[in-house]
Amino acid sequence: MPKFVLDGKEIEFKPGQTIIQAAKDHGITIPHFCWHESLSVAGNCRVCLVEIEKMPKLAIACSTTAAEGMVVYTASEKALGARNAVMEFLLINHPLDCPICDEAGECKLQDYAYSHSAGESRFVEEKNHKDKRVPLGPYVMFDGDRCISCSRCIRFCDEIAKDNELTFVKRGDRVTITTFPGEELDNPYSLNVTDICPVGALTNRDFRFRARVWDMSANKTICTGCSRGCNIELWVRNNEILRITPRQNEEVNTFWMCDHGRINTFKFVNAEDRVDGPHIRKEGKLVKVEWNEALTQAASKLKKFAKNEIAFIGSAFATLEDNYLLVKFAHSLGVKNIDFIRHYIPSFADNILRREDMTPNSLGAEAVGVKPSQGGLNIDGIINGIKEKKIKAVYLIDDDIAAAFPELEEELAKLDLLIVNATNINKSASVADIVFPAATYAEKNGTFVNFQGRVQRLKPAVATVEDDRALDGLEMSRLDKFGTKFDRWAQGHKYDAKSSWKILSALSIEMGFKLKFNMAEDVFSEIAKNTKAFSGLDYDVIGELGAQSKLQPEEKIITT
Amino acid sequence: MAVKKREKDLTLLEKMYIPEIVKGLSLTMKNMFKPKFTMKYPEEKFIPPASYRGRPVLVMEENGEERCVACGLCSRVCPALAIEVQAAETEREKERYPVKFEINMLRCIFCGFCEEVCPEEAIVMSKDYELAFSHREDAIYGKDKLLTPVIQLKDRIEFLRSYK
Ligand code: SF4
Ligand code: SF4
Ligand code: SF4
Ligand code: SF4
Repeated sequence: MPKFVLDGKEIEFKPGQTIIQAAKDHGITIPHFCWHESLSVAGNCRVCLVEIEKMPKLAIACSTTAAEGMVVYTASEKALGARNAVMEFLLINHPLDCPICDEAGECKLQDYAYSHSAGESRFVEEKNHKDKRVPLGPYVMFDGDRCISCSRCIRFCDEIAKDNELTFVKRGDRVTITTFPGEELDNPYSLNVTDICPVGALTNRDFRFRARVWDMSANKTICTGCSRGCNIELWVRNNEILRITPRQNEEVNTFWMCDHGRINTFKFVNAEDRVDGPHIRKEGKLVKVEWNEALTQAASKLKKFAKNEIAFIGSAFATLEDNYLLVKFAHSLGVKNIDFIRHYIPSFADNILRREDMTPNSLGAEAVGVKPSQGGLNIDGIINGIKEKKIKAVYLIDDDIAAAFPELEEELAKLDLLIVNATNINKSASVADIVFPAATYAEKNGTFVNFQGRVQRLKPAVATVEDDRALDGLEMSRLDKFGTKFDRWAQGHKYDAKSSWKILSALSIEMGFKLKFNMAEDVFSEIAKNTKAFSGLDYDVIGELGAQSKLQPEEKIITT
Repeated sequence: MAVKKREKDLTLLEKMYIPEIVKGLSLTMKNMFKPKFTMKYPEEKFIPPASYRGRPVLVMEENGEERCVACGLCSRVCPALAIEVQAAETEREKERYPVKFEINMLRCIFCGFCEEVCPEEAIVMSKDYELAFSHREDAIYGKDKLLTPVIQLKDRIEFLRSYK
């Protein structure tokens, strides 16, 4: 491979690569605003100016292709001088808005002003003023004063979301961003512009002013919005999720995620209707009881039914571990009626990221055996069975059968026994006889298999009653580290909820066959041992970016 | 064996003690007639100078609005983690304001960092040093107790400006 010299260090590059990209591949970041790895090169912020030997003038690293034997300096006197000058120009009209700006703390301009500028302004004249607080679309707010005209947002809409919605208008220091007449910034990926905007000009209307970035912890996990399984970070303060941002994974979602995933997949975790502790129906009402009571009652009631009167319904929203335990539980009882509910919305799919399968783990649920055994009923059979009163007892985990099949709501209420593991009081839980509080995806360890057959790990971000942030390895914010029980800002509610596999494991002990595991990791080891598709995998191999299983991808892989 | 003379050995005059007693008493007498520093608290109250760091308070403008924009810097810098700020949006020109602003006076160590870091001159150290609580919850001061009219804080603000 050809080489060039960057600040005295020899660096290999692929022919055709730009200096900034080659440097990045070697872990060296050349300061930049407008350049983004996956967008076209605009070269308009000028902050990446570098000095190149034998070149008469400084050149921008983002659009200069590297050449064999090139000698580049990023920190020479000339290069530094240019960078400081560019920063000074950018700051001329940028307001001193940091105290009220949500970007503060993760703002490139703030960071560079700190590291590459004089620290004092020579500009005493009145700054330019543009429109502030302009809603560009349902989720994105624009602040004209703060925009540094890098054009990243425009290029994102054109090149990634494939929806030309934004454009520059006016010229010189009056230049600003706007949507085309009659258009809104409402493509399904619109919120990604708030991530790539290097300043606080574009902000997330769903998150604005809710928290400072330095007060939250960022927890790496997986989006549950569809079978893509975008890699994400859950931002938590005081045990409450406040926002989601995408996390780079070249194999799955590159840099992006969709607005549905970002907005609609976390609010139920801290919602009013969470199931907090086990509940049993007494005199027609769900009453909170101790775990022991609920487990004993569930066990004794389940024992009363014949094998073919019971149905188990797994879930593509639940982890591999949860589903695996459900399958083992059903097989231990000799029950053959086992399946899960599919949630397909073809109109949701596109050929960017979104998939028509709206669950994160249907491939995984099938792979660990959530399907009828020989002679058992599948989901349609189970539904008919319920209607014809052949199925008398149903155990449902992490899903809402009454919402999926509205005609079934009354029949479900008439079942002899309906046990659900539910995160929130949904339609099925409200007609159940026993409700176990299930941990949400944000509260448990576990794995999902996305549509590509890639196994990815969930990590807890919100603590339940049984967790301790420090001891259980949850990410800790500054506030988590120092808060005591007397601080109001450290008293975020912890729900009394458990992963479905833990509930099933406890119930199995009550029933007299012991499916005992200590950790989700142990369950996964057993899955990997017993299922060919996952052989050789464990939590360490999966890591933060996931690992490919031997499962066949669902249809063809659509890449971005 | 000859007794070795020690450096500390007292002279005859000193051994008599009388001059020393006179010396000591004269100091006492002198101070007796000097102006007194003690005061009969709480009947009489100490009014501290502008440089004094009493409990931190929020500046309230004449129109009854707070200056604070809920940037959270005071909360971040506070070494004792005494401050909790929750921001929200307002219609005012500065679009951000604190819906909740609480200082836990049991945590506060009166260091004044919050005052120093505030970009809006919105939190300043007052002259209030009378802090006693009978309940832990009472020590958490919300906006109702923190907001203080700017007129009452004039000399502290002037003091701060003179050192900018
Ligand atoms: S709004 Fe942000 S991303 Fe768009 S041009 Fe301005 S600074 Fe760049
Ligand atoms: S594409 Fe699917 S997995 Fe990715 S963010 Fe959207 S809903 Fe979530
Ligand atoms: S005076 Fe010091 S300890 Fe007290 S609130 Fe301000 S920063 Fe915190
Ligand atoms: S530093 Fe000042 S403006 Fe910022 S939150 Fe504290 S009091 Fe308000």
